[in-house]
Amino acid sequence: MRTISLKVNGIVKEVAVEDNELLLNVLREKLGVTSVKAACWRGECGLCTVLLDGIPVKSCMTLAVEADGKEVITAEGLYSDERAKKLMESFVKHGAMQCGFCTPAFVVTSHYVLSKNPDIDGEELKKELNGVICRCGTYYQIYEAVKDAEKYYKKEKV
Amino acid sequence: MTYKNVGKEVPQADSWLKVTGTLKYAFDINFPGTLYAKLVTSKLPHAKIKSIDISEALKVKGVINVATGKDFPYRLGLYLSDRDVLAVDKVRWIGHPVAAVIADSLEAAEEAAEKVKVEYEPLEPVLTVERALEKDAPLIHEKLGEYRVFPGFHPVPGTNIANVFELKHGDVENALKEEDTIIIEETYRLPQISHVTMETQNVLAWWRFDDYVEVWTSIQSPFATRYLMADALKLPVNRIIIHAPPAGGGFGLKAGLGWEPLVALLSKFAGRKPVKLVLSRAEQMTSAPARDGFIAKVKAGFKRDGRFVAYKAEFYLDAGAYADYTINVARTAGYSADGAYDIPNVHVTSYAVYTNKIPTTAMRGFGHPENHWALELTLDRAASVLGIDPVEIRRKNLLKPGESVRATGERVREDEGDPQKVLSVLAQAIDLNHVERASEPWKIRAKGIALLVKAPSQPPNAGASAVVKLNEDGTIDVLTGNGSMGQGTPTSLAILAAEAFGVPLEKIKINQLEMVSTDTNPYTWQTVGSRGLFSDGIALLRAIEDAKNQIKETASRVFKVPVDDVEISEGYAYSKTHPWIRKEIREFAMGYTYPDGTTVGSPVIGRGSYAPILNTFLDANGHGSNTVFHTYGGTGVELEIDLLTGEVKVLRAVQVYDVGKAIDPLLVKGQMDGGFIMGLGSALFEQLKFGEDGKVLNPNLITYYVPHFEDMTASMESYIIETPQKDGPLGARGVGEHVMVAVAPAIANAIFRATGVKINELPITAEKLWKAIKEQKPELIDKALKSFFEEGIKEVEQI
Repeated sequence: MRTISLKVNGIVKEVAVEDNELLLNVLREKLGVTSVKAACWRGECGLCTVLLDGIPVKSCMTLAVEADGKEVITAEGLYSDERAKKLMESFVKHGAMQCGFCTPAFVVTSHYVLSKNPDIDGEELKKELNGVICRCGTYYQIYEAVKDAEKYYKKEKV
Repeated sequence: MTYKNVGKEVPQADSWLKVTGTLKYAFDINFPGTLYAKLVTSKLPHAKIKSIDISEALKVKGVINVATGKDFPYRLGLYLSDRDVLAVDKVRWIGHPVAAVIADSLEAAEEAAEKVKVEYEPLEPVLTVERALEKDAPLIHEKLGEYRVFPGFHPVPGTNIANVFELKHGDVENALKEEDTIIIEETYRLPQISHVTMETQNVLAWWRFDDYVEVWTSIQSPFATRYLMADALKLPVNRIIIHAPPAGGGFGLKAGLGWEPLVALLSKFAGRKPVKLVLSRAEQMTSAPARDGFIAKVKAGFKRDGRFVAYKAEFYLDAGAYADYTINVARTAGYSADGAYDIPNVHVTSYAVYTNKIPTTAMRGFGHPENHWALELTLDRAASVLGIDPVEIRRKNLLKPGESVRATGERVREDEGDPQKVLSVLAQAIDLNHVERASEPWKIRAKGIALLVKAPSQPPNAGASAVVKLNEDGTIDVLTGNGSMGQGTPTSLAILAAEAFGVPLEKIKINQLEMVSTDTNPYTWQTVGSRGLFSDGIALLRAIEDAKNQIKETASRVFKVPVDDVEISEGYAYSKTHPWIRKEIREFAMGYTYPDGTTVGSPVIGRGSYAPILNTFLDANGHGSNTVFHTYGGTGVELEIDLLTGEVKVLRAVQVYDVGKAIDPLLVKGQMDGGFIMGLGSALFEQLKFGEDGKVLNPNLITYYVPHFEDMTASMESYIIETPQKDGPLGARGVGEHVMVAVAPAIANAIFRATGVKINELPITAEKLWKAIKEQKPELIDKALKSFFEEGIKEVEQI
C-alpha cells in the first residue's frame, strides 16, 4: 500500500493503493468515477479510456501508481470544457449512442482527436477511433457527430 | 394525420447522462459492505462430480463461504426447467459453474476459487448435433422427462432432443415429385456466436432480513425473472424485487432468466449480506449462454417460371448444455421458416439438440437469422438455376397482404406492411444489374439482396401495462415495464405519450430511463422480440385515454357542459361547443379546487393494459395464430472480393424497413445502421471456436472479433417505409431485431451472384472464401493472379 495523488476532473485526491492495483479499479471503486466503464479488463475494448495528462490511456492497462501526480480527465469532467460540451451536444443531436455503455470512452477519445487535429481526414478519424468498440454499431452516427463538432475545435485554435 | 411530436428526430431521453457517463447501469451500483462472488467452473465437458473439497478455499483470508450445487437444489428455466443453479451431480460443459466463492474482496474470491478442488469421473462428451442424435449417444439430461415444460413445447425424454417442432402445410412430397419441379438441395450452417453486450452480465443481490429478496441486475426481463425465481425458490412473487437499470446492451442475452437466482442464494448463504457477481469477458463467453449453432437441410422446389412451390427443411439447433430459451428459438425458426413468401407446400421439422457445449439462448431476431440464412440463400440459388433475377423471383413469391395464408394457417393481415414496396425500394436503391468495375483487376465487385419478415415470438398471453400520472404543474409521469438497453423504446413511448396527451414532449417524464423495478413499474412480459413499442405502446395509449377521461369528467363538472363536449389539446381542457371555456389541464391534476376550497374530482392517474387477442399455441402441425404483427424489410449490399486473399470489403449497405410509422426516425435509422453493423460481424467475422473437448478457444475480443470503427461501410442508406399497422400505436410496428437478419444472406448472395461460389456456412472469413473459390472456381484465382502480375510488371516497366 502506498498513497498516490491524482487530480481527477479538477480535484486533487489522495488515495491509498496497492502496487498492482489498476487505475480503472481505483477510479471506479475507490473514487466512484463510474463514467469509466470496463468490458474486457485486458485492453481489448477501449471502454475504460481516460485522459492521463491529456493523453488517452486504457485505465485497465495502467497501474494506479503510474498515474501518481498526474491529471485524470473522464467524460463527466469534460462537461466543463466548452468545446467538449459542444462535442457531447453533437453526439446527442446525431443519436450517436444506443445503450451508451461505450459513449464516455468515445467522447473522451474523440475530444482528444479533435483537440489534436480538428482538420482530421475521415479515414484517419476512423483509425483514431478504432480502439473503442460499440456493439450497438453506432459508428456511422459517431462519425457524423465528431465530424460535425470539428468546427468548435477549429475556432478554439484561431 | 399531422403530428406534433411523432416523426421528429428526437435523441434518446437519457442522452446527456450517456455522453457524460453518468447514467447508472447495474455495473455501477454498489453498496458499502457488498461481498464479491467468483465462479468455479468445470474443466471437463461431461463428467460426474465425485467430490468437491472447499476446505482450502475457506482458509483464504476474506472468504465468507463457498457454495456448491448441493446447497441450491433448484431447477430453473423459462420454457423448460433444465437448468441448475450450480452443477449438481454432473457437469455439462467446460465452463459450467460448479461452485461459487463469496469473499469481502474480488481478489480473495479469485484466490479461493483457484483452491476449490473438484474431483470428476469423466463421461463421454457429446460435442456435435450428429453425435447427440445417435441412438447410443450418452444422455446429457437423463431427467428431461421430469422438467417443467411450458405449453406448446415437446421435449423427447430418453434422447438429447430438448424440443421438436413440426410445421406442415400442403403436400410437400407430392409437389417435390412433380416432373416440372426443379429441386434445389443444400445444407446450410451457422456457428455459435456471442452476444458481446459491452456490459457483461452482472447481478447485485440482497436476501434481506425480512425475507424479501432485492436484486439489481443488467436484464431485459425483470418481471419474467421475478416470476421464475419465485416459482423455483418457492417464494411469493412479491417477495422478490427486481431492479433493472438501463442495460449496456441486451440483444437477447439478458432476456429470460440469468444469474439472479444464484446471486440471491449466495447472499442468503453469506449471512444475508449483499453479494455482487460481475462476469469477466472470458466468463461471459464460456460460462454464460451464446447463440445456438444451426444446421439446415433444405430441399426446395420451384417451377420454371420461378414459383416457389415446395419447401422441405430439417433444422437442427445446437443448443449446448441448456436449452431453456433455445427450445423457443428452434420452434420459432420452424414456424417462420417460410419467411416472406407464399409457399403452398411446406414441411419443416425443427429440433433443439443438447450437446456438451456452452448453453445457448435468444439472440436478436432469434430463429430468423437462422431460417432466413437457409431460405434467402436458397432463393438466389434457384434464381441462378432458373435464370431469373433475384428481385423477380422474390417479387413473384412474396406474401400478399389480405390474400395469402402462412404455412401456420395464419392469414396475412391487410395492414401488415407492404412487402412489394420493400422489395421495390430495395431493388431501386441497390440496382442489382448495374455493377461497377472493381478498384483493382484482381478484385470482383458484387451486389446482393435478401429480405425478411419477422413477428415477435412470444406466448399468446404476453401482456403489457402502463400507468400515467398528471402532476400539479401539468407535467406527466409515464410508467411502463419496458426497459432501456439502447433500443430507445422508452423515448419512443415518451413521444407517443406527448402526442396522445397533446402536450409538449418536455412535459413527459418516462420513469424507466433510470430503472424498471418490479414493485413500482407496471407489468410487461419481457423487453424482447421487438414487442415493446407495440405492446407497451398500446397499453400506454390506453392509460392516457383513461387519464384524459378523468380530466374530462372533472372539467365537465367545472365547465357545466356534458363530458363528451370536453376535449383536451395543447395542455388545455376546453368545451368543443364553447371553446372560450377552457382551463389548463394542470388545474385538474389533483382534482379541481374552487377558490373557497371545495374540490371536485381527485388526482389523475390513468391505467391501461394490453394482451394479444385471439393468439393461440401452435398445434401438432404447427398451425395456429401466434403473432401480433409482422415487420418486413430487406438488406442490399455492394462489396468487393479480393480474389487473391478471399477478403470481402462491403462498400455500401442499404436497409429498407416497413415500420408502419416511425415514431422517432432518428432512433429507427440508428437501429437500421447499427443492426447492419451487427449483421456484418456475424457475416464476416464472428464464430465461437471449440476445441476437440468442446472448450471455447476464443473467449476474448481479440480472437473473437466484433466490428470495429474501421469496418463501417463507406456508404450506409436506410429507408423507412410507413404502411400503417391499424392496431399498432399510431400505426407503428417494431424493428429493433429485424435489422440484422438479412445482412449475412445479402452478403452471401452477392458473392454467389458475382462468382458462382457457394458459401453455406458463416462466417465468410477471407480464408474460408479463398478456399471456396479455389475449390469451386479456381479459374477466377488464376485470372486474378495473372492480372496482379501484369499490373506489377507494368509498374516495374514504368520505373
